[in-house]
Amino acid sequence: MARLKKFIAAVGLLRESPVGMIGVGLVLFWVVIALIVGVLPLRDPLAQSGGDLLKPALTLAKDGGHYWLGTDDRGRDILSRLFFGSRLVLFWSSLATVIAYSVGMLMGVTAGYRGGWWDEAISFIGNVFLAFPQMVLFIVILSQLGSDSPAGHWLAKMGFSATWVKGTTIVLAVMFATAPQVARIVRGLVLDLKTRDYVAAAEVRGEGALYIMLVELLPNARGPLIVDACLRLGYVTIAIAALGFLGLGLPPPDPDWGKMIADVRGFGALAANAMIWPALAISSLVLGLNLMADGLREIALRD
Amino acid sequence: MLAIAARRLVSMLLIMFVISVLLFLFFEGDKLNLAARVLGPYSPMTGRLAWLEHNGYNRPLITRYLAWIYGFMRGDWNQSAQFDAPVFDFLLPRLKNTAILGACVFVLTVAISLVLGVFSGIAEASKRDRAITVISVLTTSVPEFASATFLVAIFVYWLDWLPGSSSFNNGFSWREMILPVATLVIYNFGYYTRMTRASMAEVMNSQYIRTAVLKGLPYHQVIIRHALRNALIAPFTVMILQLNYLLSGVVVTEVFFAYDGYGKALYDAAMFGDVYLILAGAMIAVVVAVVSQFISDVGYTQLNPRIRFS
Repeated sequence: MARLKKFIAAVGLLRESPVGMIGVGLVLFWVVIALIVGVLPLRDPLAQSGGDLLKPALTLAKDGGHYWLGTDDRGRDILSRLFFGSRLVLFWSSLATVIAYSVGMLMGVTAGYRGGWWDEAISFIGNVFLAFPQMVLFIVILSQLGSDSPAGHWLAKMGFSATWVKGTTIVLAVMFATAPQVARIVRGLVLDLKTRDYVAAAEVRGEGALYIMLVELLPNARGPLIVDACLRLGYVTIAIAALGFLGLGLPPPDPDWGKMIADVRGFGALAANAMIWPALAISSLVLGLNLMADGLREIALRD
Repeated sequence: MLAIAARRLVSMLLIMFVISVLLFLFFEGDKLNLAARVLGPYSPMTGRLAWLEHNGYNRPLITRYLAWIYGFMRGDWNQSAQFDAPVFDFLLPRLKNTAILGACVFVLTVAISLVLGVFSGIAEASKRDRAITVISVLTTSVPEFASATFLVAIFVYWLDWLPGSSSFNNGFSWREMILPVATLVIYNFGYYTRMTRASMAEVMNSQYIRTAVLKGLPYHQVIIRHALRNALIAPFTVMILQLNYLLSGVVVTEVFFAYDGYGKALYDAAMFGDVYLILAGAMIAVVVAVVSQFISDVGYTQLNPRIRFS
């Protein structure tokens, strides 16, 4: 409970930064949509309507009612696909970021605190993955770890649905690309923090290395890491949507925002309306995250 | 300096070695699928096995790997399964295309972000500064495939001014370059602008600038002679370092505009499981990453008199 209060107080601090508040507003909008989308009076996001293909926004539907944002190439309602898609986008990007962050923090704190060979080995592994352009790394991993790969078959046999199989491989790919970047930042912070007296005190008390890393070091590095995590969540969201656009994201017919653009791209000028909405959706969500990070940084610098 | 360069070279070779081994292992299980993709989904199993045998995919992994390394160092980068052409000859014109795209983007991005960053940083918290900051956050929040979508919707479908595809079917044309370049510049300039701004603002608050102003130097001379050189050190290093990230965005942009470059070739290769093309592409990426990091480090020490290699 006390933690929750502290968290609310921290969010309250953001009120002092108007930019940060706009960011919080944008992100909250999508979070709320994702939570209540089930009870909104929307059309079925997967229902196709052969008579209403690629309609512009505010079209009257054949069966009454409106397509508020028009329809896509299969006559599916874009507004409801966007809103249901927000669940997928928010869930998979958050999960991928949390896992990448956990692995990255462990790598970074170990490299920074242990030093020596630990540091050399972890930094080298990180450099191997950082030497790839991120998108190339994603494509290589995802093209080979899809649902028709041995790993995919195994997961499918365990009873995971196609969405979960693909989602899990996406999370793995994001982890490989992002964790080394996080590790590099954490390592830098820890190199500074480990010279502090409280670390020496803990060592004298006879605490184990694991305790010092997890209880003394990481919590004290949280300031810059929270800002970075906000930005990182934005990057991961972009990356996952870009994968959807490239045809490597979640399998059809899930309404993934990136894939919604790719689906209609071949229809030329007719598809202009159907392309713009998902592009706006992803941009607004990432903008919200970036503005939030900005607000947090502004407040952190003030104190 | 030479010692540093040598150490970097060794670490680069080591990274290249590890990555190539990983890729070899990674694609080993995919061999039969590769043959199926080359020969078509209804090809007989015997044909697929014969194709693997004929193209040397059935040799033991070690032999294949050593043969690949030996060939790679002599410029024989093996055969692309998908395009049925030597990888080297296939990749070279595409690398050239991407170099043209990258050079245009880099020059424009640097020019725009330096001008905006300096103008914003010399007058911290002014209206102009606020406006520039908002614009840069806005543009970095729009991913490449989204800004490409907006640009295409406006300039291709609505105004009908520019072509929406950049495949250069009728030879090179600047008109087809505009949209891919614009897409990448829009996504990238915001980050550099903010770096330059932060660095400029910090310099403007320092003692030696105050001294220069107080001793009566004209304002533009203070900026040009005292502030700029010191303010540009940090952004310079970051810009060179970001070359690697630029390559990432290039993949999406090239696929979007059907621009026949390195990024699209690598995308096609990875989707097809074309091992040798992927290997070559990855090796090039590693060299770009390590060399740009080295240039960035050396440039930093050359520009900043307070830091020397030790």
